[in-house]
Amino acid sequence: MSAPTPAGGTGLRGRVGGYAGLLLVVLLVAIPLYWILISSLKERPDIYTVPVSWFPDPVTGANYSTVGTGVAFTDYLRNSVVITATLTVVQVALGVLSAFALAFLRFPGRTAVLLFVIGSLMVPNQITVISNYALVAQLGWRNTFAGIIVPLAGVAFGTFLMRNHFLSLPREIIEAAEMDAAGPLRMLWRVVLPMSWPTLIAFTLITIVNEWNQYLWPLLIADDASVAPLPVGLAQLQDTQGLTNWGPVLAGTVLTMLPILVIFLALQRHMIKGLTAGAVKG
Amino acid sequence: MRRPAPRRRGTLLAVAFLLPNLVLLGVFTYRPLLDNIRLSFTDWNISSPTATYIGFANYVEWFTSSASHAVLWNTAVFTAAAVIGSMALGLALALLLDRPLFGRNAVRSLVFAPFVVAGAAVGVAFQFVFDPTFGLVQDLLARVGVAAPAFYQDPEWALFMVTATYVWKNLGYTFVIYLAALQGRRAELDEAAEIDAASAWTKFRRVTWPQLRPATFFLLITVLLNSFQVFDIIDTMTRGGPLGNGTTTMVYQVYQETFVNQRAGFGATVATVMFLILLVVTLLQVRVMERGQER
Repeated sequence: MSAPTPAGGTGLRGRVGGYAGLLLVVLLVAIPLYWILISSLKERPDIYTVPVSWFPDPVTGANYSTVGTGVAFTDYLRNSVVITATLTVVQVALGVLSAFALAFLRFPGRTAVLLFVIGSLMVPNQITVISNYALVAQLGWRNTFAGIIVPLAGVAFGTFLMRNHFLSLPREIIEAAEMDAAGPLRMLWRVVLPMSWPTLIAFTLITIVNEWNQYLWPLLIADDASVAPLPVGLAQLQDTQGLTNWGPVLAGTVLTMLPILVIFLALQRHMIKGLTAGAVKG
Repeated sequence: MRRPAPRRRGTLLAVAFLLPNLVLLGVFTYRPLLDNIRLSFTDWNISSPTATYIGFANYVEWFTSSASHAVLWNTAVFTAAAVIGSMALGLALALLLDRPLFGRNAVRSLVFAPFVVAGAAVGVAFQFVFDPTFGLVQDLLARVGVAAPAFYQDPEWALFMVTATYVWKNLGYTFVIYLAALQGRRAELDEAAEIDAASAWTKFRRVTWPQLRPATFFLLITVLLNSFQVFDIIDTMTRGGPLGNGTTTMVYQVYQETFVNQRAGFGATVATVMFLILLVVTLLQVRVMERGQER
């Protein structure tokens, strides 16, 4: 086993073992991704063959045009963009303002408020859906963007992440800004945020990924393609086409994954920084 | 004084900054949590305006029915396997990719990539990956002369399938946390161990592993919380089946009872029990961690 040989293995044997491990990892992660991608580019008979074929023959974009025209995929895509963009703007704004108040303003009950925010991290969305669904239905918000967006708009993780970052900023600069009697909003805008871009980007990216991938809540609230986002639309496509017609379903899967993968590959360093912020210091 | 005292001003401003967020968390996170408790004592169809109080009947039913025991068992198996599997593999990968190997940056990105894509998309795609006749897994198994197990008929294999899919998708998370912890550890200690000519295993156990404890603890809590709540992969791969509840976990049972079987009161009971389990497990972990730090 090459796994439990930390840092060691500088010798030839260690290095061979290391590369063998690397290869294994690549195969395990990349093969399914590769296979999903090529299958989405296959003609129908080519998908249903035994043994499986490793190259599409011929390569076809037909599944993608089916998805683009036949079902309401462009609608799902638009809805995903609307939901994700709105939630990201709202959550980042609320998170920054909350974190600023918790880090820099003095007011009674600050600790209690912090606990209130952190405590909500422990309540999974999945168990709040019953009562929230009833409330949204009562408000007449079923099958609306408001019904999907508003209940997801509160921010706990981001508030906590930004607060911890704000507290790590050099005190002298903050105090100097306070002395200057710069108003709090000016201080946030001119002093605090310019020193916080990496964490803010991490927070934004994590929010985009989370909201783009939301499934259960929009599944419950959306009835049709007028508001349903991509993951929900994809599951609907699987219901109607799966098993008998995997081509378009897999094309839809690729289209759902692609935007987020592109963003991730461009900005992964920032995102990883945000995810690891709480973990390493302990 | 024209301007309010700084302290008052601070309070007013704090209220303005915090209130929207606190209201949202209050209304959509804490209110339903409490409302679940009320609803758990009722017989209620979610689309009906009235819920009938029935005392502890839902709890009695949940704790005595054999279906619930199966669900509890599925949840425990799935959660334990997901936590142990993704943490052990994530650690192994982090140790591997912490070494100066050619191409490791590309492999790091590759391992992390599945973590950012939608669980529903992974579930849909992997339903095909595990397809019994045309899927990737059966093909690879056939090449080594093994017949594919009945992933969609045999409940145990179905549970294995959704767990493996979940671990595949979330491995990237445990991996990056462990990798960050490894990179932040103290190199002097490693070097000292090297001079001592300690074996690789001893070095890992005595030097590296203790330094990874904060990361391990953090992962234990977050991965447990996350895997306890998995819905998308199960819904898209198996719908909680086969044979009724082959892969039904507590979260899936909440959904199914509330929105499919129209028994929202019973769903709320399951949700309440689930939250209590989460609460106890998290508090226990924090306790254990505090003990560890005192020593």
